[in-house]
Amino acid sequence: MTVASGHDATLLPRYAAEAVAPPPTFVIELTEFSGPLDLLLTLIREEQVDIYDIPIARVAEQFVARIRTLPLNDAAEYLEMAARLLRIKAQMLLPRTGDEEAWDDPRAELVRRLLEYQQMREVVDVLERAGEERRNRFARAWVPLAAAPPEAPLALSLSELLAAVDRILRVASTPAMHDVVARGIDIPGAISTIRALLALRTHALWTDIVQAGAEPWQVLSTLLGLLEMAKLGECTVLQPRPFANVEIRRDAASEAA
Amino acid sequence: MTPLAKLLEAALFASARPIPTDELLALDPDTSRAALASALDEVRECYDVQGHGVELIEIGGGWQILTRAEYTEAIERAQLASRPARLSAAALETLALIAYRQPLGRAEIEEIRGVTVGSVLKSLHERGLIDVVGRGEGLGRPLWYGTTPMFLEYFALRHLDELPRSDELAVALRAEPRAL
Repeated sequence: MTVASGHDATLLPRYAAEAVAPPPTFVIELTEFSGPLDLLLTLIREEQVDIYDIPIARVAEQFVARIRTLPLNDAAEYLEMAARLLRIKAQMLLPRTGDEEAWDDPRAELVRRLLEYQQMREVVDVLERAGEERRNRFARAWVPLAAAPPEAPLALSLSELLAAVDRILRVASTPAMHDVVARGIDIPGAISTIRALLALRTHALWTDIVQAGAEPWQVLSTLLGLLEMAKLGECTVLQPRPFANVEIRRDAASEAA
Repeated sequence: MTPLAKLLEAALFASARPIPTDELLALDPDTSRAALASALDEVRECYDVQGHGVELIEIGGGWQILTRAEYTEAIERAQLASRPARLSAAALETLALIAYRQPLGRAEIEEIRGVTVGSVLKSLHERGLIDVVGRGEGLGRPLWYGTTPMFLEYFALRHLDELPRSDELAVALRAEPRAL
């Protein structure tokens, strides 16, 4: 079965459209009723009986007959209502003792719920009409919620473009040549520096070893040297939190050895 | 049209969603609410009197230019735009209850509708028509649902007050049932 577009759906009655073409994100209603109260209300309307004086035996019988024919996905709610109706029917059959005034109509709760449901259906009609009115009007374009405002189109004249090309060509004609000189990283040198420092003090800070204006190769040498020493167990490296100064402690174990 | 009316028209044209009145006011720092209202009237009248294909509509406390309903079929046939899918009867019933009794929990909705509503609530929430507005004090602290500004937009309502008052409905709950 193909999913019909919204356009096709408008040609079909409401419930039929839902049964034929359930839009994928929607709750699919397999039956023409939205619940047991809807079915019950429909029966009462078909029978043209007074909602305040429901012939419960007849309605209960019809209700049960109808739910047998419905292709119900989850019949529990309908079965519960059927049981309720049969119970009310049984209560109605009990002989009434005492005066009429004191008699509690077993249908009262059902009537209350039906009236409440019916009122809700009236609001549904109002909403449905309002929704249909809006559906039949298009806004300028659909945009995702909270979309960023669109970027302004590029405003560029031909002369500006040519000027830009000219600038690039002028710069490109005299390419800046850099001499890249390899500078060796000196790990053994860094290790001996740290060892010398730790020989004098039990602990030191990163900033004691690497000066503020240190070259990248010096920083790298010290870092790798430090990691090497930590691996060998000569020192412990601590950083209390990200980006904090690194503390280097002489390892107690190596000291003892 | 006055310069302010033209400015409003341009802003409304540029926006795909209703523009709240406050945001329209911000377009011109020198304008007043009264001037804004009369300028909006001017735009609307211009569309109505001169017979434009679009109209100016107040929705959810804001304003939006929308196409007129009579051109919907043709626009959709040409596949220039398509209407959003309709809400199911179950979704409408649930929305109606939430709109009237918000904040409202799932159990109360199920009590009135007589069916389970979990999946309906989920799809309404996904479409942005309802949102969780709080939690009840009862067992399990049930979620309370309420309608969103999107709800007003979807049904082209100015405010929730535009829905019929419950005592205007033909079957009034407050009316005492006749003697049974």
